[in-house]
Amino acid sequence: MSALVKITNLTRIFDVSKPWLNRVIERLPVALLKAVSDVSLDISEKTAYALVGESGSGKSTIGKIVVGLQPPTEGSVEIEGVDLAREKDEAVVKKIRSDIQMIFQDPFASLNPRWRVKKIIEEPVKAIGGNTTGVAEKLLELVGLSKDDANKYPHEFSGGQRQRICVARALSSEPKLIVCDEPTSALDVSVQAQVLNLMSDLKDRLGLTYLFISHDLTVVRHMADKIGVLYLGRLVEEAPTEVIFADPQHPYTQMLFDAAPKLDSFGREVDPPKGEIPDPINPPSGCAYHPRCPKVIDLCKSERPELKENKDRRVACHLVQN
Amino acid sequence: MGDTVLSVKDLVVDIPTRKGVLRPVDRVSFDINEGEVLGVVGESGAGKSMTGNAIIGLLDPPAHIASGEILLKGSPIQNLEKKEMQKIRGFEIGMVFQDPLTSLNPLIPIGEQLSETIRKHLPVDKKTADKRALAALDEVGIPAAASRINNYPHQFSGGMRQRVVIALALCAEPSLVIADEPTTALDVSVQAQIISLLKQLCRERGTAVMLITHDMGVIAEASNRVAVMYAGRLAELGSVEKVLTTPEQPYTQGLMASTPLASEGKKRLNQIPGAMPTLGALPSGCAFHPRCEFAYDKCRVDPYPTLSDCNGRAACWLVTENSEKR
Repeated sequence: MSALVKITNLTRIFDVSKPWLNRVIERLPVALLKAVSDVSLDISEKTAYALVGESGSGKSTIGKIVVGLQPPTEGSVEIEGVDLAREKDEAVVKKIRSDIQMIFQDPFASLNPRWRVKKIIEEPVKAIGGNTTGVAEKLLELVGLSKDDANKYPHEFSGGQRQRICVARALSSEPKLIVCDEPTSALDVSVQAQVLNLMSDLKDRLGLTYLFISHDLTVVRHMADKIGVLYLGRLVEEAPTEVIFADPQHPYTQMLFDAAPKLDSFGREVDPPKGEIPDPINPPSGCAYHPRCPKVIDLCKSERPELKENKDRRVACHLVQN
Repeated sequence: MGDTVLSVKDLVVDIPTRKGVLRPVDRVSFDINEGEVLGVVGESGAGKSMTGNAIIGLLDPPAHIASGEILLKGSPIQNLEKKEMQKIRGFEIGMVFQDPLTSLNPLIPIGEQLSETIRKHLPVDKKTADKRALAALDEVGIPAAASRINNYPHQFSGGMRQRVVIALALCAEPSLVIADEPTTALDVSVQAQIISLLKQLCRERGTAVMLITHDMGVIAEASNRVAVMYAGRLAELGSVEKVLTTPEQPYTQGLMASTPLASEGKKRLNQIPGAMPTLGALPSGCAFHPRCEFAYDKCRVDPYPTLSDCNGRAACWLVTENSEKR
């Protein structure tokens, strides 16, 4: 399998300083927030790669850089071998752009309330100058809605149906890669199951590649082939889904798995994890997880562990032996 | 288990509209005992928050309690005067809402908000109230509480804010706490902290808790008993082990089957077809029958089954029929 997406040493820094005049008068330093630091990963064609992490871990930022909504500060994202942020040839950029689509979290905010569903679904096709006849109707049936829904407005649909419309819109330009940013976290459980099933069916039928961004480990387990765990902008562990669930090695991954509520844990009494995600403007020295880590050693406080490759997984922890 | 703290009997909430009366809560009955956590679970629009709001008298007009009884330690509290209700709210019943940022006043330091609440409900002077506020913050695990007592809500992280809200709910030592989606806005690791804090504090004080959530995992972890709601009606009520491992009502069964589990591999999820009906277009009979694979003639006609019509645990005609056959 070849890599459809190749992310190399990706770093994204946001300037969150006060306006320059305040900085001069109040003598404040420039504040830089490193949302993503030095992330490298490959997504193979026709697989689902999931980025997992808590809020502030940089997972959505990576998603936005992949679709080109934000430029990388350093490093590169190559899709089918083309770096969209640096490619000069307009025609190539346009071609690759049409291969990428995105599904957002909130289906109530991501559909234009004044447009009919037909227009919403056809928009990506029009943008690349394609033929729109019958596209909306065909796609609506593909995602389990009816042909007649094409002339309705978004408010006439429930949350789950709206997310189906979002899926249909994402499919209309016949993309290869779909970036899904928390696609089901706004939905109820029974509807979530419908949308997840639809998405995995479509992946098999149309040969899609997903970059799946989620904080919900149970959802990820059902969808992903490979999982990357992010903590404070860095990849701390990456492995195929079955491997990581069977044997999580990074203490942060272990904590995430333990903290997730389980259906069979009646009256479970365990010590909850310590602390919260630290301030990303002043991250801790060494390993960013060391203030919360139950297994911390002195080395963790001074030296940041490299992401080391070990058979089919990569882990960034001093304690994990190769 | 101790005495019954809250007893809700045949609670009906109505919202009159131009197109007719909507009924977001329909004949709901349950008890909560001292030191017990009752989980109320359901999808959005199931009426779980509406039930919570009805109990503490925070229904937005035109929504109102049409009939039924809410007994707090044996005395009715439904449709009380505004002044009377204010005495109960915060003192007898504490409340924890979903979003900790909007439930705290952004312009007042948290210490002041706490001591104000304490002085409102308990006969203590300002000094004692301040001391109590500090103790309350310590208790919910705010590090270096003494130095943070004069901080404003925006200076705290989400998890810390929710701890402050819990301190606020518990500071007047209420006998019942209603927690409406207390961890939905939080990350998993912080969620685990908040749940264990809530459980620990309530166990220590014998506070009864009504935990409203849509997350089955949270229910399994935190509650003793669980009430499943669907379209404003109780679908199933029982001990958490029984309801989650051997659900009787088809809706609960579907809900459990469609919840993805971390313990099982990649596979197709079971899905319940369709979506919950809107209140304006409820089907006749059992509200779940259009989505139910076991539905038969009796399910489609009124009256719909309630818990007391059936075996007291699941509101489903099939449950009664099966037990009669046995």
